[in-house]
Amino acid sequence: MGERVNKGVWVEIHSILLAAGERAETLPEDTQRLPLEMRVKGFLTAEAGLGDEVEVETVTGRRLRGRLAVVNPAYSHSFGAPLSQLSAIGGEVRALLRKAEA
Amino acid sequence: MMTASAYQEVTAQREEIMRTSVGIDYERYRTGVVAFDYERLFSDTGYDIDQVRRIQSRTAVGNTPLVELENITALIRLLRPPGKGARVFLKDEAANPSGSFKDRRASLSIHEAAKRGYPGVAAATSGNYGAAVASQAAKAGLKCILVQEAFDSCGVAQPEIAEKTRACEAYGAEVVRLSVGPELFTVFLDTLRETGYFNASLYTPYSILGVETLGYELARQVRERCGCFPDCVIATHAGGGNVTGTARGLHKAGADDCEVVAASVDLSGLHMASDHDFNRKSFTTGHTGFSIPFTTVPDRADVPRNAARSLRYMDRFVTVTQGEVFYATQLLAELEGMERGPAGNISLAAAIAIAGSMEREQILVVQETEYTGAGKHSLAQLNLALEMGIEVLRGDPRDSCPGRSIVIPEHPSQIRVVDMNMDYLRERYLSHTLDSLPTTVVLTDTDIEFLAADIGSSRRYVEEKVYGNHGKSG
Repeated sequence: MGERVNKGVWVEIHSILLAAGERAETLPEDTQRLPLEMRVKGFLTAEAGLGDEVEVETVTGRRLRGRLAVVNPAYSHSFGAPLSQLSAIGGEVRALLRKAEA
Repeated sequence: MMTASAYQEVTAQREEIMRTSVGIDYERYRTGVVAFDYERLFSDTGYDIDQVRRIQSRTAVGNTPLVELENITALIRLLRPPGKGARVFLKDEAANPSGSFKDRRASLSIHEAAKRGYPGVAAATSGNYGAAVASQAAKAGLKCILVQEAFDSCGVAQPEIAEKTRACEAYGAEVVRLSVGPELFTVFLDTLRETGYFNASLYTPYSILGVETLGYELARQVRERCGCFPDCVIATHAGGGNVTGTARGLHKAGADDCEVVAASVDLSGLHMASDHDFNRKSFTTGHTGFSIPFTTVPDRADVPRNAARSLRYMDRFVTVTQGEVFYATQLLAELEGMERGPAGNISLAAAIAIAGSMEREQILVVQETEYTGAGKHSLAQLNLALEMGIEVLRGDPRDSCPGRSIVIPEHPSQIRVVDMNMDYLRERYLSHTLDSLPTTVVLTDTDIEFLAADIGSSRRYVEEKVYGNHGKSG
């Protein structure tokens, strides 16, 4: 039995809105082969396990259904490592300005 | 919730949902086969620019600083013959409550939604506009839903959009995140239908009236500081609202001779609805994937008549490369002490090239910046690009290929703009408009007049194209 998640916990649900064969005709081939997926966050309305079909109440009060995908989803976007392609620029242009002043 | 049958049903109710959710009966404005009364669409809202300014000031929107970029100006002048190199000013729109000029664009829509008693607002947007709508809705006590195109089929979120998800949620909004595809529009309509919320569309007259204050303010700030209006204003161009609103605001301030330049980042070769290409774009807005279609087919919006009609207002339309914008972003941080998001610096990159060909006494204004932070940053974008197998090099940006390589200039003289052919854009606009009509349709005099205004050209030009190519005018 998988992890149990209590009612009222903040979670993300995942659902398929359109299957691969139901996509818009005008789409490029790579996208047409894929389903249209949705991810929404809300408070779980009843205890459930990860992967179960569940209902959440969103912050606007809507009740939406989907597969329980993530518990308390984190914000993981960041900056990443510094890049030499950018870090040299400041020194280069300051040198140009200094040269002009001299 | 959407299913294939609900999808068909919503598509069939499209017009009705759009009308109910913005409260504007666009049919009333029709004056010909293709013509509509564009100015009446604005005047019927009942807002003049002073009222808009008052409404915006209540939520600390607008009145952003105008900063002279003295060091960047000095650098530009180094690269050019004596006497060349206009003074470059920057309107620091990052100072708005949610960190971009989009607060102006959201403010009037949310004011209107609250006034008319809608229970909430919704918008289809993956960018700064979402945070702006969420911020304004929070202040007005309205519920808010944003629908984003947010991740690819591997579940990888575009870092800039991931940051926008976070920001919208920080303002208490619900964020519906979708994988890649234009069916987002139908999901959005379904959300409007289900909730009865106001459609805070980017393309209503409210949205454009909100941006007019930007052009108006900057014209007055320049005149106060320098004793004259600016000679040139560069606006980042995507859906057309920034260019349209800014230009209208400049006119309202009396700066009629100011050249309006639209600038986009060149993403040619990348398909906007391609899952494969989705995370190979280092810019999620301000790029040619939006700006060219919206310039030539403005009514491809989520309202029947788009109030953002950029071809009416732009004197010139230029593109820059992704690498040039990252370089300009670095210059702004390291020479001017202003760390701002790269997507807001597209017009700054164009300005570095354009100011160089202007006279020393002239004044050029870059009319926006946006906030920066995790995800909304050159490093976040370039690290993702590297993960996606895109080369990131120093060199001549002309050697770059969107989706394959990003070339960051080795020297500021390598920043150049490429002019879009305005006649090509006008012809594309006209051929699309005419091709969408039944062959039996006869255009009226009002239609010719409308088309001439809508493409920023003359009646004669339109008549030549219409009679010459299509024979649909009577």
